[in-house]
Order: sequence, then structure tokens, then C-alpha cells
Amino acid sequence: MATYSGRKTKNTVMMTLCAVAAAFGLMWLALILFDLIYEGISGVNWAVFSEMTPPPGDEGGLLNPIVGSLIMTAIAVAVGTPIGILAGTYMAEYGRHDKMTNVIRFINDILLSAPSIIVGLFIYELMVRTMGHFSAIAGAMALAIIVLPVIVRTTEDMLLLVPDALREAGTAVGAPRWIVIRSVAYKAASAGMITGVLLAIARISGETAPLLFTALNNQFWSTDLNAPMASLPVTIFQFALSPYDSWQSLAWAGALIITVAVLTLSIVARVVTAQKEDR
Amino acid sequence: MVSLAESNAQDRQSASSRAKAVKRFSTSDAVFKNVTRSAAFAVLAVLAGVAISLVAGAWLAFQTFGLGFLITESWNPVTEKFGALAPIYGTVVTSLIAMLIAVPVGLGIAIFLTESCPRPLRRPIGIAVELLAGIPSIIYGIWGLFVFAPFLQHTLQPFLIATFGHVPVLSSLFAGPPYGIGVLTAGLILAIMVLPFISSIARDVFTTVPPVLKESAYGLGMTTWEVTRKIVLPYTRVAVLGGVMLALGRALGETMAVTFVIGNAHRITPSLLAPGTTISASIANEFTEATGDLYTSALFALGLVLFVITFIVLAIARLMLAQIKRRAGE
Repeated sequence: MATYSGRKTKNTVMMTLCAVAAAFGLMWLALILFDLIYEGISGVNWAVFSEMTPPPGDEGGLLNPIVGSLIMTAIAVAVGTPIGILAGTYMAEYGRHDKMTNVIRFINDILLSAPSIIVGLFIYELMVRTMGHFSAIAGAMALAIIVLPVIVRTTEDMLLLVPDALREAGTAVGAPRWIVIRSVAYKAASAGMITGVLLAIARISGETAPLLFTALNNQFWSTDLNAPMASLPVTIFQFALSPYDSWQSLAWAGALIITVAVLTLSIVARVVTAQKEDR
Repeated sequence: MVSLAESNAQDRQSASSRAKAVKRFSTSDAVFKNVTRSAAFAVLAVLAGVAISLVAGAWLAFQTFGLGFLITESWNPVTEKFGALAPIYGTVVTSLIAMLIAVPVGLGIAIFLTESCPRPLRRPIGIAVELLAGIPSIIYGIWGLFVFAPFLQHTLQPFLIATFGHVPVLSSLFAGPPYGIGVLTAGLILAIMVLPFISSIARDVFTTVPPVLKESAYGLGMTTWEVTRKIVLPYTRVAVLGGVMLALGRALGETMAVTFVIGNAHRITPSLLAPGTTISASIANEFTEATGDLYTSALFALGLVLFVITFIVLAIARLMLAQIKRRAGE
């Protein structure tokens, strides 16, 4: 039987260890952010946003990869969001008590955390091999497949939070199911669904692996969806592993831009949900 | 004044138009229902598509090498002899290193956040951890390559070599020069990466413990650690394990953070300081350079192996995490 003071000592030791673990873990994460700002901030200037990627050893910017990332992200969201919202709607509304819904939810959760490089292989086999060349549209589709499960999950969760009394009120005044869903359920769940879209954008804006062999990369300005397109993450990958100082500093600048964008999106997503909760 | 006959006719007319409207409504409802249902099946189609395309891509490699592909170490693009053992070994070892470090530290953070952290700090630290979980892996990769690997090369690795270099078994684990990049560095980067996942899941799970349970334990005179150890952890055990499995699934499939620092060497050495490779790093490094159908197919076969491993791990994780929801529903 342990003595009281022995138990107290053990408590102090273990709880201190937990605090140390917290300090240790957070220290590394803080260090990464600090290094990122320290190394990246000197590289971020107007040229980064206005000039093309330079040839090896030359000065330049990241304009074409930034635009490429924006284009592919936009297409991915435009494709993934409607399908995701409809699928989430089925799971939360029409098929709520359907056995299939459980299966779909399970598969969706697995897709949510499946390795993204596998998605790259899938799109390579599906689009790049059949079309015969790398293309921006293939990259965008790979990203859309990563967007899909995020949207499905948030849509279903948010629709399930809408009280059934609201739906019943809609039905009671004679509105058919789909009008109830559109005008009552979607409206009540809109903030959460917007959060889902923002989180999905945050998720794909740093994805590198699925783009490596779908959109490939492009040293030059291109908005042709049928041709390889540069993207920020792939450019960072290529430049960081190069021996040239100017490329490496551009890679750091790009990394800082991505991180700032991702953190901003996550914070905005949080604010959107928080505002809804206050109301 | 409207005559009785006229108003009856109007009624009949509006009744028929009402019936039409109802019919129109029910048609549009059926259409919408089917549209949403097909979208839901699209999710299944994506997973099926992934599985089919991986099998199709890997077909040639498995046809050529058979199941021996899985236990062959050689990886030679010139003679076209491919085996998956080295990448599988690297994937497992780096993930193990990551888990060994991230699980205790991550649970420590979660316990600190739910039990002993001063109340005003809980929310900000919790949010910070969640935000960090969203930072893309390429950021960890570039940091690992330029900051962390040189740091290890000059501090931890010489220390490990000096300390364990003459201990019988451990000397082979820490043999060779300190390259900086290598299996150990990749494992440590993965540990830092999955840390926020483990702690934010564990924290969410810990908060599902009914306060009454904890209060009654405190009422019996238990210390905070005893409440954590004897009440919170047993109550949440399965879900915490589920969270750990989820993090493991992430570590196994993580690509960019590892690709930067592992060194991409297809060989198995006992030394953790030596360069190695993982499944995802091999695919990322070699896919665009792969010449010949067999080389590409071998990389697809690696992808299929990774898909099967992560599918099993993630499926177990989800089943375990679902348990806590069922209990909350009771």
C-alpha cells in the first residue's frame, strides 16, 4: 500500500512530466514556425509575386507556380464541393437510416486520411496514361479527390446538427423534402459547410505528392489546362533540393507563403464557426 | 357574385392544379434524392477506382516477380530487378520511431491540457495544437532538410555514436558516419508531424469522460495522476488507441516530409543513421524518372502495398474511434 506522501510525489512527478511533454512538443512546433519566418521573410518581396521562376542560379519570382496553384485549387474545389455536398446531403437527409450510409461514411473516413500519393497514382493511371501526357486538369482532379471526403464529412456532420423540428416545420407548411433541405437545412448549416470548404482549401494548398506526376511542373507561364502546370508545393520541392542559393531562398519564401495561407484559412474557418455559435 | 356552379368549377380547377403541383413536387424530390444518392456512391466509386487502378498498374510487376516482390531487397532499374523489402522496412521503421516518441509526448500534452493546464491557457494552446496539425507536410520537409538534419548531424548523431558505439547490440543501430539525413531523422520528423494529431484526438477523447466519474474518484481522495491513470485512460483506452492508429496511418503514408530527409537508398542496414527509403518516398522520388513499363509497374506495386497497409490500419482506427461514439449514444 503506497503511502500518502508517496502517492503525492508520484502525482507531482507525473504531472510535471506531462507539462514537460507539452513544453517539449510545443517547442519544436514553435521552432519550425520561427525558422520558417526567419528563413522565408527575406525572400518574400514584390518580385516573388510578379516574376516568373528563374533558370538555375538566376533571380526571379514565383508568379507562375502561385497562379498555377490558384487555378488548380479553384478547379478542384469547383468539382469536389458540389459532389461532396450532395453526398453529405444524402447521408444526413434521405439515407440517414440506410445501412449503405454507414458503409459510405466508413469508406469516406478512410479516404479522408489515405496517403495522398496514392491519389496521385490513381489519377496517373486514370488520366495521364489515357491522355498520354501530364496536364493541369489531371492535377486539379487529384486535388478534387482530396477535397471530396473533407466536404462530405463536414456537410454530413453539420446537417445532422440541424434540429429535426425545423425540418418538420418546413414539411408542415407543405414544402417537399428537397425544398426543406435547400431552404431550411442548408440555411441552418451554411456556416459549417463554408468552414468545410475553407478547410478543404487549406488541406489541398500544401499538397505536393498528388501533383508530382499529374500536373508535373512547368518552368514557364502557362494557363493551358491541357499542359503541365507549375504549382507552389512542387516548385518548393524542386527548388529546395537544388544546389542553387537563389532557388533555395525562393523555396523558403514559397514555404512561408503556403504556411501563412493555410494558417489564415484555418483561422477564418474557426471565426466563421464561432460567429455562428454566438448567434 | 359568383354562382355556385362557377365556384365549384374553380375549385375543381384549382384542385387539379394543386394535384399537378404535388406531382411536380414529388417528381423533383425523387430527382433530387437520386442525384444525392449517386453523389454518395461516387465516394465508393473513388475508393474502388483507386484500388482497381493500383492493381492494374501493379499487374505487370506482380506477374514478373510474383509474391517474391514483397520479400526481395534488390532494387535495380538497370537490370530491372525490383523488390519491395527495403521500402517496406524503411516505412515500418520510420513509423515505429515516430510512434515511440509521439505517443507518450502527445498523450502528455493531452493530459496536461485536460487536467493540469491553467484554465485561461487551455483554449489558446489547444487551438495552437490544432492549427499546427494543419501545416502541410512539405513545410516539415524543407525544415527537416535545411535546419533539423544539419542540427542532428552536429549534435544528436555524434552523441549517439559516441555513447552507444561500443555497446554490443546498440553499436550496430548507430553505426556509420553522421550523415544528418537518414532513417532516424525521417522518424523524428514524422514524430513532430503526427504529434499534433495524437494530442488533439486524445484531448477530444479525454473530454468525453463523464465528470461524475472523475469527481467521484477525486471524492475518494485520488490524486490527479491516479484519476488520469485509473479512470480517464481505462475509460478512453480504445478510442485513444484508435487515435494512435490514425496517426500511424498518417505516418506510414506520409510522403513529402520523409522524401526530403531519408536519402532514398534502396538497402536495408541495421544502422538508423544510414540513408534508407520508404514506400512513399520511393514513389515520389523515382516515378517521373522511371523508364520502362516494368519500373513504373514496380512503383505502382509499392503503392498497392502502401494502400493495403494503410487501409487496414485506418479501418482498425475508425472502428476503435467509433466505439466512443457508441458509448456516448447509450
